[in-house]
Amino acid sequence: MKHLRQLEDQSVYILREAYKHFNHLAMLWSMGKDSTVLLWLARKAFFGHVPFPLLHVDTSYKIPAMIEYRDRIAREWRLNLVVGQNKEALAAGMNHTLGRDVCCTALKTNAMKNLVEEKGYTGIILGVRADEDSTRAKERYFSPRDKHGDWDFRDQPPELWDQFKTTFPPGTHIRIHPLLDWTEINIWEYIKHENIPFMDLYLDRGDGTRYRSLGCAPCTMPIKSTAKTVDEIIVELRKSTVAERAGRAQDAGRGMEMLRKKGYM
Amino acid sequence: MSNHMTQHDQTKPQESLNIVIVGHVDHGKSTLVGRLYADTGSLPEGKLEKVQAICRQQGKEFEYAFLFDAFLEEQEQGITIDTARTFFIWNGRQYIIIDAPGHKEFLKNMISGAARAEAALLLIDALEGVREQSKKHGYLLSLLGVTQFAVVVNKMDLVGYRQDVFDGIEKEYREFLGQFRAVPQQMIPVSAKMGDNIATRSTHMNWYQGPTVLETLALFKKEQVRSEQPLRFPLQDVYKFDARRILAGRITAGRLKVGDQLVFSPSNKTAVVQSIEGFNVDPPPSEAQAGQSVGITLDEQIFVERGEIASHRDSVPLVSTAVRVNLFWLGRRPLEKGRKYVLRLATREVACEVAVIHRIIDTADLAQLQESQSVARNQVAELTLRVKSPLAFDLSSSFESTGRFVLVDEYDISGGGIITELVHDEQEGLREEARQREYAWLTGDVRPEDRALQYGHRAAIVLFTGSAQTGKTFLARRVEALLVADSRHAYLLEGENLLQGLDADLSAADPSFASERVRRYGEVARLLIDTGLIVVSTSKTFGINYQRMAEMIRTLVQPAPVIAVHMSRAGEEPPPNTDLHFAGPQDFDAAARQIIEELKKRGVLIQPSGTKSNIQYSI
Repeated sequence: MKHLRQLEDQSVYILREAYKHFNHLAMLWSMGKDSTVLLWLARKAFFGHVPFPLLHVDTSYKIPAMIEYRDRIAREWRLNLVVGQNKEALAAGMNHTLGRDVCCTALKTNAMKNLVEEKGYTGIILGVRADEDSTRAKERYFSPRDKHGDWDFRDQPPELWDQFKTTFPPGTHIRIHPLLDWTEINIWEYIKHENIPFMDLYLDRGDGTRYRSLGCAPCTMPIKSTAKTVDEIIVELRKSTVAERAGRAQDAGRGMEMLRKKGYM
Repeated sequence: MSNHMTQHDQTKPQESLNIVIVGHVDHGKSTLVGRLYADTGSLPEGKLEKVQAICRQQGKEFEYAFLFDAFLEEQEQGITIDTARTFFIWNGRQYIIIDAPGHKEFLKNMISGAARAEAALLLIDALEGVREQSKKHGYLLSLLGVTQFAVVVNKMDLVGYRQDVFDGIEKEYREFLGQFRAVPQQMIPVSAKMGDNIATRSTHMNWYQGPTVLETLALFKKEQVRSEQPLRFPLQDVYKFDARRILAGRITAGRLKVGDQLVFSPSNKTAVVQSIEGFNVDPPPSEAQAGQSVGITLDEQIFVERGEIASHRDSVPLVSTAVRVNLFWLGRRPLEKGRKYVLRLATREVACEVAVIHRIIDTADLAQLQESQSVARNQVAELTLRVKSPLAFDLSSSFESTGRFVLVDEYDISGGGIITELVHDEQEGLREEARQREYAWLTGDVRPEDRALQYGHRAAIVLFTGSAQTGKTFLARRVEALLVADSRHAYLLEGENLLQGLDADLSAADPSFASERVRRYGEVARLLIDTGLIVVSTSKTFGINYQRMAEMIRTLVQPAPVIAVHMSRAGEEPPPNTDLHFAGPQDFDAAARQIIEELKKRGVLIQPSGTKSNIQYSI
């Protein structure tokens, strides 16, 4: 599994650069397969330690099993977990029926922006991958966000060899993307190789369906699948030509470009 | 879309290769990528249909390029703005295809894409021929270290698939590449739009017998030679999360093993690798090689910092304060002499400025000599750079990672380049003396950190510079007294005293009198520092040459912390590297306290008990 080692080496290098350069650093953890691999890579990079807080943006609409998994792993791996929530929007009744992009922006993007502002984080590590959707394919490993958290994709900084953008004007922050070069199959190959604990929502538990991508319960649909093990998932993905996020409602049309420009992950 | 090519579905990739697609704007890069994916059945289901639907909606003809030009604006203008990364698997190998923009306005995005690539496809439009960006991109590939590439002559359908057109472009472009010794692996005539020679052999060009684009990708080699080179291990960070003190970094060349003796440059500290650490790795590795991010422990707790390059003793990197480079500039404002930049090489960051702009390289006509006082955005130039403190590096002709650098202007990476020559500086002889001395230095069982814990401080030197009658000696004596009163071990090293004994054999008539005196002074300071003292030194005895003398002393006491204090009359510029500058009449007590504060800030003085120890040996 030489290619996995190469991916790991690059991600570890990026994580260590982030840790060295950012005094106020945090990692976003959604408990999904990608950000859990990211968390595992942090333990690789820092020899079993996770020297920064993990942020979970809780929309309150997550599948309950996800919260149980979160709390168990946080306890076992001695994580510093910080949960953020847009309580105002929830109190005002925000939900997906008011419009998916409105809901995502309020409960995810804005909740994260508030958390970043409140805690003063200047570096946020995220598990986005270039193969997820075409706007993420254009991301940098170190990607600046302006004072409003917006992404100026028209004018991204150069990224040369292993030199990243680690200096930035006050009031702005940097999104760090160590998993950019990983594909969905790579994620599962690595989970298997390292034996990383993951949620069984990703497996067929007897009803012929499984989740391929996890998000909020109302906006995430399981796919038809009989994959009961990681090996079976990998075989299934090798044959599949269906997009990974096909079960994620917010991706429809130009949704992702608009959401991400406004600061969505 | 051809459905018979689905063999990639079952193949398990053993390696992955980064390929960048470059060339002049509108020569068909995104179309080539779109076609490559479509013809190999690598598009996700529904992707083609989704983009076709958007085209219908906007009332325009579908183009393969739209598959990867993701931003609305890119599709509206029909150009790629930023590099996209896409993936496909073919014959047991995963390819990451980096589609770089060709418009000259987005050169920095092209460079970001190409800097990540292990191989490249360079596109030339058969109808338009070799254009400005075709040349620039070809030259930059070479500058960026991408030596594996193929030239793809696209839009052959528009020239009637004629061999003479292809031959003409091949001749012209090979001649251009030859000037900087770049040799393409293939020249391939294709039509990306019609699918000729992309994934399947064209029936329109029987005169071409070479490989298709897809076959050419398979011929690109995964580079492996770096691990056969001498070791280069730039130190990224030092961790102390638990009982282990781990030196972390990525090996950029060669390999290291447990038991190897390492030399760190430029400090010349040496130690032996005790272990290679890992998480969830059983058994722990005993060896590591180029490309790997690792962590090691050493047999001795030497003081080394991020930025130093570890190597074996028989092949150390070069060290100097000046280098000759080829650089491309991407900054918003021009690169200028006299402005301060930060140079980053591997993990090292050091202040730098442009000493000489030798010429601007015109990539359209390489023979052209163009003199200039500044380097504008998107220009390539030959320069000499001067850095503030000694830099360990290699020539890019021998080492890739440690032979290249970027320049940071304010907050932004604004340029990058490769080092072509070492420029000799006057410290070279002393630096070699210091290096040989460090190698041969014998130590007892007491380690520097043991002394530091006993004494309550690390060893350091406070170096006073300035012209006569500014109160240097007065202040130096005040600092020594203040430190000793605070139970620290400090000593005022007075140069005049050396003349009475150690230097008594030197004759003032000898031309080397001055430099030999400084050399001896520096070696004495080095010895006192090794005893764990804080040496307080004035340059009074060296007169007006204080600036040069201070540099020599720095070289000899390296890597001990130097706190440089400059005293001047009002309106005078302090020398480079000054930490504290006192101009005009002084409150000497306040100045002395300020120096003590600086010693605390730099981690030399251990803070009084109650606060966390800030001594840096164990960090």
